[in-house]
Amino acid sequence: MAEDTSYEWKPVKGFALSGLFWGAVSVLIGLIISIQLWKPELNIAPFLTYGKLRAVHVNGLAFGFAVAEIFALSYYMVQRLTRVPLLFPKLAMVQLYIFNAAIVAAAVSLLAGMTQSKEYAELEWPLDIGVVILWVMFAVNIFGTIIKRKEEQMYISLWYLIATVVAVAVLYIVNNLAIPVGLFKSYSIFAGVNDANIEWWYGHNAVGFVFTTPILAMFYYFLPKSTGMPIYSHRLSIIAFWSLVFAYLWTGAHHLVYTPLPDWIQTVGIAFTMFMIAPSWGSVVNGYYTVAPDWSQMKTNYLTKFFILGITFYGLQTIQGPTQGLRVVSQLIHYTDWVPGHVHMGTMGWVAMTVGASMYYVIPKVYNTEIYSVKLANTHFWFVLIGQLIFSITMWILGIQQGAMWKAISPEDGSLSYTFMESVVNNYPYWKLRTVGGLLFFIGLCMFAYNIVMTVLQAKKTPAPAGQGR
Amino acid sequence: MAGTIYKKPILFAVVVTVAILIGTAVMMVFPMLTPQMHPKLQNLKPYTALQLAGRDVYQEEGCFYCHTQTVRPLKAEVMRYGEYSKAGEFAYDQPFLWGSKRTGPDIARVGGKYTDKWHYKHFNDPRKLFQGSNMPSYGWLADRQVDAKATEARMKALGFPYTKEEIETLSDKTKLDALVAYMQSLGHAVPRKPRPPMIAKGDMNPLAGDMNAVAEGKKIYEMNCAACHGVDAKGDIGPDLTDKEWLYVVGTIGDDTIFFTIADGTKKDMEFEGRRAKGGMPSWGEFFGKKKIWSLVTYIRSIEEKE
Repeated sequence: MAEDTSYEWKPVKGFALSGLFWGAVSVLIGLIISIQLWKPELNIAPFLTYGKLRAVHVNGLAFGFAVAEIFALSYYMVQRLTRVPLLFPKLAMVQLYIFNAAIVAAAVSLLAGMTQSKEYAELEWPLDIGVVILWVMFAVNIFGTIIKRKEEQMYISLWYLIATVVAVAVLYIVNNLAIPVGLFKSYSIFAGVNDANIEWWYGHNAVGFVFTTPILAMFYYFLPKSTGMPIYSHRLSIIAFWSLVFAYLWTGAHHLVYTPLPDWIQTVGIAFTMFMIAPSWGSVVNGYYTVAPDWSQMKTNYLTKFFILGITFYGLQTIQGPTQGLRVVSQLIHYTDWVPGHVHMGTMGWVAMTVGASMYYVIPKVYNTEIYSVKLANTHFWFVLIGQLIFSITMWILGIQQGAMWKAISPEDGSLSYTFMESVVNNYPYWKLRTVGGLLFFIGLCMFAYNIVMTVLQAKKTPAPAGQGR
Repeated sequence: MAGTIYKKPILFAVVVTVAILIGTAVMMVFPMLTPQMHPKLQNLKPYTALQLAGRDVYQEEGCFYCHTQTVRPLKAEVMRYGEYSKAGEFAYDQPFLWGSKRTGPDIARVGGKYTDKWHYKHFNDPRKLFQGSNMPSYGWLADRQVDAKATEARMKALGFPYTKEEIETLSDKTKLDALVAYMQSLGHAVPRKPRPPMIAKGDMNPLAGDMNAVAEGKKIYEMNCAACHGVDAKGDIGPDLTDKEWLYVVGTIGDDTIFFTIADGTKKDMEFEGRRAKGGMPSWGEFFGKKKIWSLVTYIRSIEEKE
């Protein structure tokens, strides 16, 4: 492993551990707000109410965790796939410091109520500028390193990284255009229906290009790496990539079904959302067939287990999502707790499992050691799996109940069968069960963090001989 | 040729950019350039300074995470909340606040539905009005002043008309006052449609004296009416229902009049059997339907003070 020494692993380590920290904090906040829903006395005004903490939870996980791990793992993959060190390692370290400062500032500002009130784009304009600067730094390093590469052919993961860099830049800048009024407040330059359309063009693609394409980049790189089996079909990955990148931007309007948004936009959005099943499942099938030559790895290699369950949840997510977009389904489950059930299958299932496994692979590599405990990693797997299933399944059941109660009409006299409050009271047992699921997930996450930290400490104590296995 | 793109990162990035911009152009840029994305209803008024300050509080507190502001054109939804939302109602909303989740009810049509007094009481302690509610209490907003200077700057930035006096009056308003003013402005651009009366004047209560109806009415009362008229029906925000006074005049009224006040609500100076209403009673007609309202009437009759 002599060539390792020429690679720049410092930014990889820095972002990986930062993301782990922010991720754990943000999941803990998620756990707290899940309790606030059934125990309103836990809302402590003015800073620790649900309305403030929910923003911190979502932004903490999207920016603090996901984006940090995207930076970390992209910097790992890009060096390996180009066989050259990161072009500007110092820039990446500056980026790391700015990033952590920005996350602190973001959390404080959201607790103080400084928000643009757009989902996934809550941060006020000075922080938006910070995010753009961080992203430009990232882009410079990724593109620079790719251009200087020694490996002529760009592997699939690099396609997804390039798409991520480009798309996030376009989406983020347009949706955050605002009229500043002082340092802490701004108003969207767009209004009403148009603002809604732009926000969900952005919002759905924030999901697409933060929680999908970079995670697919990890999947396509780390699955073959950790199983030792090559990706099943290069051609399938080409088809899946281009159709996904092309179609994603058409789909945002499925968030606005039955709103005053013009019908044609809703319909085209729904149609493209249905089409998205194809490219999504292109990657799912590719993943399954990659492992097909040796399914025994599901027993013997804990990383395979994480990746295969991860891509399975991605597959389920990308069937469920388009189904939800259909008008007939949307009218029942939209605005209900079904939707957080759906979102959390993607984040707690697909993203957390794939990123977790990628980190289990990368951390020992960059610290030149072995993972601290495979047994603990296996336990982590079961905790996050069961925690997530409890979360999502209870929310799906509850969502259908809510939707049915809201639309129930008494056959006797045509009046509404339930008051809104009756539907709220019906939520409590399910919300409590969701907290149990969240708690299991959080315990699993703590095991993960402990395992990673112990791996790092063990490397610092006794540098292991090079040449570790999977 | 096609294969070489994977060896040319710049070209690859350009093609990716074009691919994402096609959907962007059709679904986002093109509609923005058409008038259908910028409609404005004739009745729509820009926010007053106090309402805007309230809207800012609504944003700060993250209310839109639990409340939507768009009624879908679905039967049950229109019955529950009122007329479905129109594109032209949101021209002054920067940003839009439609929300995506109903942990609490939709509030697109809440303006004018309840009295200010109801809102203050509800914000102060939602569980006083609805026992099962999980909404946080926002009474503490009454201890926070509206920042008049900041609000003026914000009105200017949005280009909303205002007067100097309007800004001056802001300085003795609290954030709760502003939030209530914002609540009362919601849905103002769409007039409430008058609905044909559910029963004829002089109709008798078909459930009069029915003991099952009393029990049913009691259940409905506790769930929906006790919040304002008190658990014992001795009055609170709304008047006492057990005394000899009906619509502020001593002496009884017909079952049909009680039915109408429940079904259609009251507006200030509305006339019922020659009595003048003070307003503030929401209309429950779509929500309850005939049978439940008659049950309520039966229940109210059963608790009224006998001669």
